[in-house]
Amino acid sequence: MEILILEGTPKTPTIEFKPSEGYLLLRGRSIPENSIEFYKPLIEGLDAYNSSPQSKTTVDIQLEYFNTSSSKCVLDVLKKLEAINGNSEVIINWYYEEDDEDMLEAGEDYQAIINVPFKMIEVEE
Amino acid sequence: MENIHDFYTKMEEGNIMLSFKGEVTSDLLTSILQIMESKMDTLEEPPVVKKKVYNILVECLQNLYHHLENDDFATPINEKSALFMIKKQNDEYSIMTGNYMVKENVMPMKKRLDTINAMDSMQLKTYYKEVLNNGEMSSKGGGGLGMIDIARKSGKKLEYRFDDVDDKLTFFSLNVKVAQNRNKEEKEEKVK
Repeated sequence: MEILILEGTPKTPTIEFKPSEGYLLLRGRSIPENSIEFYKPLIEGLDAYNSSPQSKTTVDIQLEYFNTSSSKCVLDVLKKLEAINGNSEVIINWYYEEDDEDMLEAGEDYQAIINVPFKMIEVEE
Repeated sequence: MENIHDFYTKMEEGNIMLSFKGEVTSDLLTSILQIMESKMDTLEEPPVVKKKVYNILVECLQNLYHHLENDDFATPINEKSALFMIKKQNDEYSIMTGNYMVKENVMPMKKRLDTINAMDSMQLKTYYKEVLNNGEMSSKGGGGLGMIDIARKSGKKLEYRFDDVDDKLTFFSLNVKVAQNRNKEEKEEKVK
């Protein structure tokens, strides 16, 4: 399975997907005009990963901003992880900056939809 | 010669921090966001305010961008042109947009805005989750979440108006105000 590393830009987040380590990182800003295109390789990578996942899968989501077009794609990513959770123990860490209630709320919104427990982690600004 | 001083005075009196009229491109959005970010840094805005304004800016600008991309044929005179302004007065930010729209789109837009404006913050949260989970995503990735998110983050009612231009076109104006210290007020409310 292929490792996927995308460096962050002013409009797109850093993505590190390391299937051999069972690790996924999403960090930074996700505000592209066309988010479907951007998230496509990750969605496909997660699909492939689900055929032979590691026993444990750790996911760190540390987004600073995301637009509504990305929010659908993030939900798609989380739904893939929900599917993987049957074959691997998935741990989702949702990071939000101190006082960023909107980002905490966004995590809670996802948690209400996705059947995988989230760990909410507050970080200093 | 045109009176440039008039333009200047109008912008000064209106407390306009930034204004743009013209074609909205992806690169332009990147630049505007960078300019506004550094302006808010200079003003030493609290991170909470900065994030809210930035988020609403992104959604408003991308609404314009996608609108112009879809309906460019609808603006024969002002091709792909829109207006965008940011105002700051008495610690309150206003993000204002204006664009042409074909008349058929006016009623659906008005209905959407009125639906959103009739909701309180809890109802908006529920509505957002509903659309996020069930709503069909448009090819551009929009999917109707933008306005709901703008209303949620703004914490105020969305102000809007439609001005008829001719038998085909209407000019749509939107004013989004960013409530200051909303979280603080809510927290205090909870304490009571």
